[in-house]
Order: sequence, then structure tokens, then C-alpha cells
Amino acid sequence: MTDTDPAAETSLRWFLKGVTKLVSVPAAVLVTAQIGFVALARDIGFSLPEILVITLSVWALPGQVVYVGALASGSGWIATMLAVSLSSMRFLPMLMSWVPVVRGERSTRLKLLGLSHFVAVTSWVFTMSEMPSTPRQVRLAYFAGFALALVVANLVAITVAYQLVGHVPAWVSAALLMLTPLYFLLALGGAGKVIDDYVAMGMGLLLGPALYAAGIGLDLLWTGIIGGTVAYAVGRVRRRST
Amino acid sequence: MIPAEDLSLAALGPYLTILLVAAVPTHVWRWLGVLFAGRLSEDSEIFRWIKSVATALVSGLIAQLIFFPKGALADVPLSFRLASVLLGIAAYLASRRNLAAGIVAAEAALVAAWFVG
Repeated sequence: MTDTDPAAETSLRWFLKGVTKLVSVPAAVLVTAQIGFVALARDIGFSLPEILVITLSVWALPGQVVYVGALASGSGWIATMLAVSLSSMRFLPMLMSWVPVVRGERSTRLKLLGLSHFVAVTSWVFTMSEMPSTPRQVRLAYFAGFALALVVANLVAITVAYQLVGHVPAWVSAALLMLTPLYFLLALGGAGKVIDDYVAMGMGLLLGPALYAAGIGLDLLWTGIIGGTVAYAVGRVRRRST
Repeated sequence: MIPAEDLSLAALGPYLTILLVAAVPTHVWRWLGVLFAGRLSEDSEIFRWIKSVATALVSGLIAQLIFFPKGALADVPLSFRLASVLLGIAAYLASRRNLAAGIVAAEAALVAAWFVG
């Protein structure tokens, strides 16, 4: 089991196979959406190193956008922290469903916690679509290859985009700034499964601008709590009655 | 209340602020998800509520970015921004939920509106 560990060799092969999955539509869309985030954050006044650290350390586009948006609108740090955290709550059910799918005999909790850093919408969808046809003992290696390749591709794209964004015509920068809301809107709408999801989306789309315009402060927090609770209540009544 | 908070943020510096205010509040949910995996049901009432709150919050953010954009996007009239988004949704649905098709259609409409409008 020293120099020719067949299990390690297989893991490496699946890791590399994961890297090649970088050439796929979801990965391309994510990289494009990250470029939209660069346009937004640069516009607000964040430096390239700050944008790279935000992306790498948070690794969740909605949380990143909430963070730079909240700081830009002058929110205090407690309000910003709560808003970022609420926007990332989806990771709790996402990770709970990710672990049983990728876990193999050799997956320690430490490995799972380490790789959990890289679970976001794109890599979660990759997991759910690729893993059922992948041998269980190499699933974590396969995931790691894809996830780390995605990280590297995004950091490179951000660095290049940051240099270019300041020098493109206004219509290109308007189109880039539109990428983030578009990507979220379509991805979120496509991920909806039950009535709760659609009511929550509708309520959020209405309350977000309305509460912002009303100028009451903490508008995103209230949008989430009010809209989400109403959606939950609607879904609950529906489930009870059927 | 805001000046005091600004002071403490400035004292932390940009990178520690990112870690404490953006990264940790995000990762807490990932860590809890790994620890709770297999122990709590995803169909439980608390998860349904959490998912709805998160969905509403992110949707609110999306709408704010469209209604109150920053930078060059603010130069495009609201009616054109909304029309471009609606066109994107239509293309997305017509292409059997193809993300790339929706994004390309909306962006093409926005760029066309920029030059025509």
C-alpha cells in the first residue's frame, strides 16, 4: 500500500476527470456571472485583492453581492452580517443533502467539512447530476477536481475582468451589471419545486424594491423574514388541505 | 448607531471585515449542514421556513439590482431593463429552461435598447 496504492491512483484519475468538467455550460455561466459581480464590486469601489478575497472566502455569489451591496448602502456590520447569513441559509439543506451523496468509506468528517467550503449552486447541481453514475469511493475526489478547477477559473476570470471592466464602453458595463440579477433570477426560478418557493420569490421581488424605496432600513432582512414567512404559511396551508 | 459601527469596521480593516462579516456567516450554514446531515429531515417545518426566508431575501436583492442599479446600468430606463428581463424569462422558458439562452436573449435586448433608446 505504499508506492502503488490502486485506490489513490483511481482517486487521482477521477480528480482529473472532475477538472475536465470545467468545460460545461453551468461552469461557463458561473464564470460569466462572477464577471458581473466584478463589475458591481469595482463600481462600488472594492479593490482587486478585496474582490478576490471576498470570492474565495465566501464562495457564494448571493452572499458576495449582499455583502458589497450592504456596505455600499451604508449598512452597519451587524445588519450586513445578518443579511449575508440569511442569504446563505440555503446551504443548510443543500449541505445536508450533499453529504449522503458524496460520502464514501474513506470520507472523514474533516474532509467533508473542508470540501463543504466549495459547495455552492453550480457544484451542488454537478454533485446531484454526476454522482449517481460515479463509483462511491471516488465521488469525493471527483467533486474536489471539479470544485477546485472552478475556483481557479473564477479567480483568473476575476483578475482579467477587473483590468478590463474600467476600459470597456458604457454599454458593455451596463450589460455586465445586468448579468448578476439575470443569473440569480433564472437559476432561482429554475430551482423552484414547491409552491413555497414561487410565493417566496414573488414576495421577495415585490418587497425588496418596495421596502428599499420606503427607506426603513434593514430592507433585505425584512424582505426575507416577511416574504419567507408568508410563503411558508401559504405552503403549509396548501399541504394541510391536500 | 451607524457612526459607531463604521468606526469598529474601519478598525478591523477590509480583510478581517470580509472574513467576519461575509465569510463566517456564510460558512456557519455549510458546517451545520455537514454536522446535521442524516440527523434532521429536509422535509421538516423549520427547513421549509429557512428555505423560504432565504429565497425571499435573494429575490428581494435581485429586484433591487434591477430597479435601483448602480453605474452604467442606471442609464438604461427602467422600462427597458424590465422588458429585457421579461424577454430573458420568455427565452429561458421557451428553450426548456436553458440558462444560457435566457441570459443571452436578455442581454441582447438590453444592448439593442441601449443603442435604439
